Amino acid sequence: MSIKRSLLGVSFRVIHLMVLFFLVLGFQAYAVDPEVPDSEDAISAGQSIFNANCKTCHRLDQKLIGPALRGVTERRELEWTKQFILNSQVLIQSGDPIAVELFAEYNNTVMPPMDFLGDGELMNLLAYIEYGDKAEPEAAAADAGAGGESGGGSGGGIPSEYLTIILVVLVIVLILVLVVLGLIVSVLTKYMNNSDKLDADDKEFINQKTDYLSILKSDGFIVIVTTIVLAFVVKTAVDGLYTIGVQEGYAPSQPIAYSHELHAGEYEIPCQYCHTGVEIGKSANIPSANICMNCHMHIQNVGGQEGISPEIAKIYAAVDNDQPIEWVRVHNLPDLAYFNHSQHVAVGGVECQTCHGPIEEMEVVYQHSSLTMGWCIDCHRNTEITTRGNEYYDKLVQLHSESKDALKVKDIGGLECAKCHY
Amino acid sequence: MKENKKTYWKGLEQLTNDPEFVKHADQEFPGFTSKKNQSEDGGSSRRDFLKMMGFSVAAASLAACEAPVRKAIPYVNKPVDINPSVPNYYASTFASGGDYASIVVKTREGRPIKIDGNSLSPITQGGTNAIVEASVLSLYDKARLTGPQINGQPAEWPALDAELGSKLASAGSIKIVSNTILSPSTDRAIRQFAERYGDVELVTYDPISNYGITRASETYYGSRTLPSYHFDKAKVIASFGADFLGSWISPIEFARQYSKGRKISKESPEMSRHFQFESNLSLTGANADYRTPLAPSQSGLAVLSLYNMIAGKAGAGSAGGANLDVLHLSRAADELWANRGNSLVVSGSNDPNVQVIIHAINELLGNTGSTVDFQNPVYFRKGDDQRMNQLVSELNSGSVGAVIFYNCNPVYDFGGGQALADGIAKAKVSVATSEVKNETASLVQYLAPDHHYLESWNDFRPKKGLYSLAQPTITPLFNTRQAQESFLKWAGNSNSYYDFIREDWQALHGGLGEGSDFQSFWDNCLHDGVYQASEAEGMEGEEETVSAAGDISAAVAAIGKRYQAQGSGSELVIYAKVGIGSGTFANNPWLHEMPDPISKATWDNYLTVSQKWASDNGLQMKEGATQMANVSANGVSFTVPILVQPGQAEGTFGLALGYGRTAAGRVADGLGVNAYALLNSSNGYVSYDVTEGVSVSLSGESYRIAQTQTHQTYMGRNFVIQEATLGEYKEDASAGRYHPEIYKDGEFVKPSKISLWSGHKYSMHHWGLAIDMNSCIGCAACTVACQVENNVAVVGKEEVLNRREMAWIRIDRYYSSPETADSYKELEEAADNPEVTFQPMMCQHCNNAPCETVCPVVATTHSSEGLNQMTYNRCIGTRYCANNCPYKVRRFNWFKYHDNKDFAGVNTAQNDDLGKMVLNPDVTVRARGVMEKCSMCVQRIQAGKLTAKREKREVKDGDINVACAVACPTEALVFGDMNDSNSKVSKMLKIEENSMEAIKEVNEERAYHVLEEINVSPNVWYFTKIRNKDKNEA
Repeated sequence: MSIKRSLLGVSFRVIHLMVLFFLVLGFQAYAVDPEVPDSEDAISAGQSIFNANCKTCHRLDQKLIGPALRGVTERRELEWTKQFILNSQVLIQSGDPIAVELFAEYNNTVMPPMDFLGDGELMNLLAYIEYGDKAEPEAAAADAGAGGESGGGSGGGIPSEYLTIILVVLVIVLILVLVVLGLIVSVLTKYMNNSDKLDADDKEFINQKTDYLSILKSDGFIVIVTTIVLAFVVKTAVDGLYTIGVQEGYAPSQPIAYSHELHAGEYEIPCQYCHTGVEIGKSANIPSANICMNCHMHIQNVGGQEGISPEIAKIYAAVDNDQPIEWVRVHNLPDLAYFNHSQHVAVGGVECQTCHGPIEEMEVVYQHSSLTMGWCIDCHRNTEITTRGNEYYDKLVQLHSESKDALKVKDIGGLECAKCHY
Repeated sequence: MKENKKTYWKGLEQLTNDPEFVKHADQEFPGFTSKKNQSEDGGSSRRDFLKMMGFSVAAASLAACEAPVRKAIPYVNKPVDINPSVPNYYASTFASGGDYASIVVKTREGRPIKIDGNSLSPITQGGTNAIVEASVLSLYDKARLTGPQINGQPAEWPALDAELGSKLASAGSIKIVSNTILSPSTDRAIRQFAERYGDVELVTYDPISNYGITRASETYYGSRTLPSYHFDKAKVIASFGADFLGSWISPIEFARQYSKGRKISKESPEMSRHFQFESNLSLTGANADYRTPLAPSQSGLAVLSLYNMIAGKAGAGSAGGANLDVLHLSRAADELWANRGNSLVVSGSNDPNVQVIIHAINELLGNTGSTVDFQNPVYFRKGDDQRMNQLVSELNSGSVGAVIFYNCNPVYDFGGGQALADGIAKAKVSVATSEVKNETASLVQYLAPDHHYLESWNDFRPKKGLYSLAQPTITPLFNTRQAQESFLKWAGNSNSYYDFIREDWQALHGGLGEGSDFQSFWDNCLHDGVYQASEAEGMEGEEETVSAAGDISAAVAAIGKRYQAQGSGSELVIYAKVGIGSGTFANNPWLHEMPDPISKATWDNYLTVSQKWASDNGLQMKEGATQMANVSANGVSFTVPILVQPGQAEGTFGLALGYGRTAAGRVADGLGVNAYALLNSSNGYVSYDVTEGVSVSLSGESYRIAQTQTHQTYMGRNFVIQEATLGEYKEDASAGRYHPEIYKDGEFVKPSKISLWSGHKYSMHHWGLAIDMNSCIGCAACTVACQVENNVAVVGKEEVLNRREMAWIRIDRYYSSPETADSYKELEEAADNPEVTFQPMMCQHCNNAPCETVCPVVATTHSSEGLNQMTYNRCIGTRYCANNCPYKVRRFNWFKYHDNKDFAGVNTAQNDDLGKMVLNPDVTVRARGVMEKCSMCVQRIQAGKLTAKREKREVKDGDINVACAVACPTEALVFGDMNDSNSKVSKMLKIEENSMEAIKEVNEERAYHVLEEINVSPNVWYFTKIRNKDKNEA
């Protein structure tokens, strides 16, 4: 037990450090202009404005086409900020030095005017820019802390990596014990042989040789070995059978060498920009060529090179010839399973990456998850439902309030056959 | 508690307890009979088995190595309003041969896949019927023409237009033949065409003619109008052979109205009383309170007698003529008179003389203006039989220069079709615009195929002041062209028909005055599908309304000559079936597979004979096994199978229209005989009754009709149907209910008190279905709707004979016999005119489901919303569940019905690429060897819930509805969440508390479970049938 405790102690300390770290981060916040509201409503209203209008070029804490925005009210005057958002070109043309400098710094990219935003909306937007999306890391840290505590407190749930370590240590100890025992036996034998008080029988008993060959030939041994070999073969076969039809890692080559790493990773184009169906329908939609053309009307080559990239030329050919691009499906569910993207993304709030993996790092898309029924069910067993703000779940939440456990997908019929099979 | 002592039986075999029937009755499935007759030893030997196993192991391992590459092909330029996997709905209109329905078309990825009723329409009010539901498949019919043809050779449109234009100009007299045109813009297009060519005449006929009524209106009121009827306002209805719930004029509209008068509750325990006098047992007759079998040769006199009786009460003079004493007739007269102004008399006869008397009766009763409305006439059937007959002779005399058949098929569906076929060749120019190269189109020189109605723009004026639009829901599949556009083209107008319609609608819009914008008016109309004009508005061509009543003496004299008090003993009544109708859509396997509501026969045309005739001629019908008959009438002879039909008037035979197609396509061709050939129009109108010279004799040849009626019986468990009369109901709302009790621990308790199961809890939803057997008219619209929605396979006649039909919802039709009958002989006598009850039967979604407990692989399970789920991919086909189902609603896939050339001829929706476009992408097409059954449209439930979740709200009652309930023209099926005490279904069942229990406290006295004594606790509730009769009698 001492081993385990010490290991847990280590993780404990790490977690506490992390919590501290995040807390410090939290306190490191900028001196935000006091006029900017910090109510939750304002932040969430601001978020939708941000997502609709700004997200294509801006991030809160990251430079993209435009600058990282957090802290803007500290860096700039509030009035200036508002003017810049409403119509930056007016400000630039009026010769405002900061505006002109910014314009030059960001390759003279014109920011479209947002003069349809009212003052209240502007303040909400700024609220989101200053306070938005910061709660998450703190919450995550708090969760991690809580998880660690409960693990230590109950002692029932030992993480699997600890188990392995414990096992390895145990095996080493056992081998050591074995060696020590062997040494003791040989020392004792030597001592007894040297002693004169032994009669012939005792001597024979002490010096008897183990007949290893007869053990090898014994029925018991053969049965044990055969059983082990058979078990191994059967296990391999069963494991093999389970992989039939599972295409994990399937990465077919596509008609256009499209890179998610570039588009989703480097340029951070939101997934929904191209996969338009993901929040409204069953299929996420492979984007039609006209969606590609929204950007590639202007962007004809990679990395600012001259001429037309041969890959991008394929989009132009498709549009010119009215010939759709025949992509190869990567994620193939069998027809007997009904899967609906909007249920998972729009209602459940599941991130694309949960199932599709680190798509923003994929040069060529591959199937990240196994897409087996066991995989689906596992997630349904463990996933909590986000019920807040959704009246549909009100009744269920009320009914469930007596229960200690969280409301999970499995509790509302998420394991039932006709949820996916009909 | 009053017990119901009637004996119910599903077929004559059950009634007579035929040994053959008893042997099979307790079997859900017949013994293993193979589709193809195998050799004696059949099956496969051990050696074959090993070979097959070896092969399949090898094949499986090879197949497992590499998954097939599947493509995902997006649009090049995605249309804004089409999102893959998200359905779109468009309001449109179905119209064919004077039949009309306002519809909503569901499309997926730009393909129409389902048709629902449009609840905004004041005419059909959201109802549909089997033909409308099935019409979506006709869009994907392989038999459709893929482009224009000249003399049988494929041609191009410009070539056809050029050649035809010059030929028409020199043709002389041009006749356009059409079924009733409901569209004002089509009328105008034809007028434009007529202006261009001068001598042009439009001749209109209808396959199922109501010329008699319009003609009678002309003689009686001086205006050729078809009134609108209001069955909802009628407290007493008397119908002489008018099958107004099945095929007469506007059955969807009438069914809706009729059901309003039949709905009953404790608060308003009143319903209409319905008398029916007819020869064949029609759908309408089956729903009547009092039905009297009547030979067609007597029907005119019966109508006249009714007139005389009512005239007597009204103090008007008797019209004379032989009075006929018909059962229930004087009683009908009394009650009609007592409810004058709120009663209705109709007749299905096409004889104008009879219809004059009907007009006169309604006039005497003061119904004109209330239930019979001449002020708002309908334009459904404008056909002129007499003019059409003249045209046939003109064609044969060679005086017609050119004849254009606009979307009609008179060679097949007009009485003088053969003569017409001969005449077409004598015209210099002949053109047809049909979508299919049908019997008429295959005889013409120029084929200018029209779009399918789901590909077309059109407008309609079904009723005075009522307009509706049809819009394309798919890009035309073939190189076809809208027929109206063809007319415009030939008239030298190169406008599109769309612009042309909009011009017409500008006039409608003009009535709205200044300040309104035409585009938004148009958009609204297109969105709603219908537009009701106010008094002042309307397009030109509205007909004048009627006023003065005329003289009936001529009609009385004619009736006296044509009808007799005694039938000739051998009369033939030609009728239209609910499913096949006029035969225009006969090439649709869904309609053939749909069992006829009365005879429960599929895939066949047969001669219905009375019980008496059958016993006189020594014919017994067992499990569909019957004999062929040699029939000759009106100079035509043919052989048809015989079907013994209880309720058939003695001395009469019935034969359905719509069969015997020769050029409809592979499904319909060669099925049955063509009854149109028997129609006679020598009296100036198409007569559907052959009263003289009919001879029928058994040919001795045996035959089997594929009936579904003797399948899945309840074998003597007689409390499946619970019914009472209106009087009993008024005294005790639970009249007719059967309350089973079970002996336990020294006392009798309700079955629900004893259970092996611990019961379910439904925390969120509890889906349930309430079925009002008083409203259900048995029309089978639900059956077809379910077939479309759930990709149910069509199996064909042979497999129906093997009792392997796949329908998820069936309508059980029970005949009854009086309780006094205790010997078979007496029962047979009673069966001559039985009462009929319809009971829709589908998976009951039992809370204590017997099927769930016997599945060895847990393929059928219970959901947390009260549904009994069927998981196809888990099912291994033991069929234990079906054997354990007391309702016999589970269906087994004995074969692979899709992509199987053995079924390609019948299951067209699952076998060719074109047909497959109709499949619902949200529902799996089931594989061979798995069980299936009603899922309560779980795909719709899931979709409705998802929409609610996405919109962050609760599910509203009415958001989710099952396909059968949506299709139902009488709202007999009500679906909803029983956990919500405010839902319609909860209110109907009087569930007062919001509870999560599986067993709900249902306070409605009429509601019952079928087979309550076994306490499977279904989530489907039935309401007792109440008949508006004095006492329980057959």
